[in-house]
Amino acid sequence: MTIAAPQRLTGGRRIDISQLIVWGIGGLLLTIVFLGSILTLRAGHYSAAQWRDFIVFGIAQGAIYALIALGYTMVYGVLRMINFAHGEVFMSGAMTTFFLADYLNRSGFLKSHPWVSLIAMLLFSGLVSMTVAVLVERIAYRPLRGAPRLVPLITAVGASFFLQYTFRGLFGSGVRAYPAIPVLQGKLWVFQKTQIAVFVGVLITLVLLVLFLQRTRAGLAIRAVAEDREAAALMGVDVDRAIVTTFAVGGFMAGIAGVLYALVFIQVQFFMGFLPGIKAFTAAVLGGIGNLPGAAVGGLVLGVIESIGPSLFFDGYGIRAAHQLKDVIAFTILVLILIFRPTGLLGERLGGEERL
Amino acid sequence: MPLLALQRVHVHYGLIEALKGVSLTVEQGEIVTLLGANGAGKTSTLRAISGLVRPSAGRILLHDIDLTHRKPHEIVQFGVGHVPEGRRIFPRLSVEENLRLGAFTIRDRAELARRQEYVFTLFPRLAERRKQPGGTLSGGEQQMLAIGRALMMQPRILLLDEPSMGLAPVLVESIFEVLQRLNRDGTTILLVEQNARMALDIAHRGYVLETGQIVLSGSARDLANDPRVQAAYLGAA
Repeated sequence: MTIAAPQRLTGGRRIDISQLIVWGIGGLLLTIVFLGSILTLRAGHYSAAQWRDFIVFGIAQGAIYALIALGYTMVYGVLRMINFAHGEVFMSGAMTTFFLADYLNRSGFLKSHPWVSLIAMLLFSGLVSMTVAVLVERIAYRPLRGAPRLVPLITAVGASFFLQYTFRGLFGSGVRAYPAIPVLQGKLWVFQKTQIAVFVGVLITLVLLVLFLQRTRAGLAIRAVAEDREAAALMGVDVDRAIVTTFAVGGFMAGIAGVLYALVFIQVQFFMGFLPGIKAFTAAVLGGIGNLPGAAVGGLVLGVIESIGPSLFFDGYGIRAAHQLKDVIAFTILVLILIFRPTGLLGERLGGEERL
Repeated sequence: MPLLALQRVHVHYGLIEALKGVSLTVEQGEIVTLLGANGAGKTSTLRAISGLVRPSAGRILLHDIDLTHRKPHEIVQFGVGHVPEGRRIFPRLSVEENLRLGAFTIRDRAELARRQEYVFTLFPRLAERRKQPGGTLSGGEQQMLAIGRALMMQPRILLLDEPSMGLAPVLVESIFEVLQRLNRDGTTILLVEQNARMALDIAHRGYVLETGQIVLSGSARDLANDPRVQAAYLGAA
């Protein structure tokens, strides 16, 4: 009996030690980042204009992440599930729209009516992604409603591979160059014109999303289901319909994001959804999964850190091609958020307490 | 023909049988109460009626409509209002949005406004807090909101699951007064209550559930005078 008590004490201390290690690693990373930033700024390899361009590019990239992240976070809100096929929903729109864009380009319509073409591409991509998202929900998730939560996660990965390899099988694994849109070439003040198109596109989509959620019956139904699915059903809300609407809206936004992404990077490929998908998931977690403003903020923050981070943090150490490390930065952020602040930056959730 | 009839309804959760052939009726204009200990199957009975659980056997009829295998959102539209256990209001939505959801299937704005005014006359406190998120209301106000929300669809029958739970006695009394007033205005009520004394006070008839079966039924007065009920639910010697 006399031995038992001290053992319990060391047991308590062991938890402290593991926490100490975690905090130590966190502190070390912060020090590396801080020191690197000072060294970089002292060395002065980059001009103010270059930093500005990094930030502008980061915001454009982040705005696209934000659009995709909203799809993750909305689906999480109503189903408490991560739709890991969402990156492929994004890819489906962008890939399919390549053929429309290519056709418009060859026929000369893209040159004669650039704005009409652009809007047609955005809508077409949105509709394709919406259809894919709805099909994935119907086929891969709905039959499993009520199954343990790990099960739809596995089918999500399955659906993701299915879509990737379907597109690879249909259209080949090569990279296809998106036709450039003539009116979006060149710069306007400090911005690339494509970046302005991204900002405007994302902003309009966000405004429409907020209006949809706040002002329409279907939006009210989605918010009710996100808070309490059973109570929503008792109000006469068709829960399955609200869920499929959520997928449709998230899919549409992913499709818009797909075209905007293609405008910036001017190429598409069957695998293009993977990284942006996981980055957008990171953005959603960063902002607080289930939280809509959080997804938007998380996207922008991630985009900017990813854009300036490699040069700012690592250039000072003399690392060559530091920008190759941007994915490392993104996923380090994901891990740090999960460890230190699992509720994300905005620290709250769309849904109330979870009910099982 | 009764307004609501359950015919030998069975409900299973996995291997556990929560309801073992429950039959009961509620006539138009009645207040009927369902008494029983925790786990007797009171909540399961209400959940079966509004479609939140599927009966494994038996039938549930609303007048001449078979509700048995319909989905909750359809059953609501036939006129079954359910105030669930624990109130289950939408904490982040405003009082008005909660009420709007109560009449989710109604699209006519004038009609919605009229019904909302009716709820506000019943519960003036809700009118004062119409823009506030539901989660910021006190327990009593949340119960008012839950009842008001269910009234928004003008149900033919109102199912109430433990409306007195966690409320101060004064509030319980005012809630029960509202229930009586609603009943006088023509609303049929099926009331599940822990507070058997209050429930039998306002009810016309009652049923007693034990481990998933109806063991006793009768007029509220007979039940209140029954020694078994007194011993088990009214705390008398």
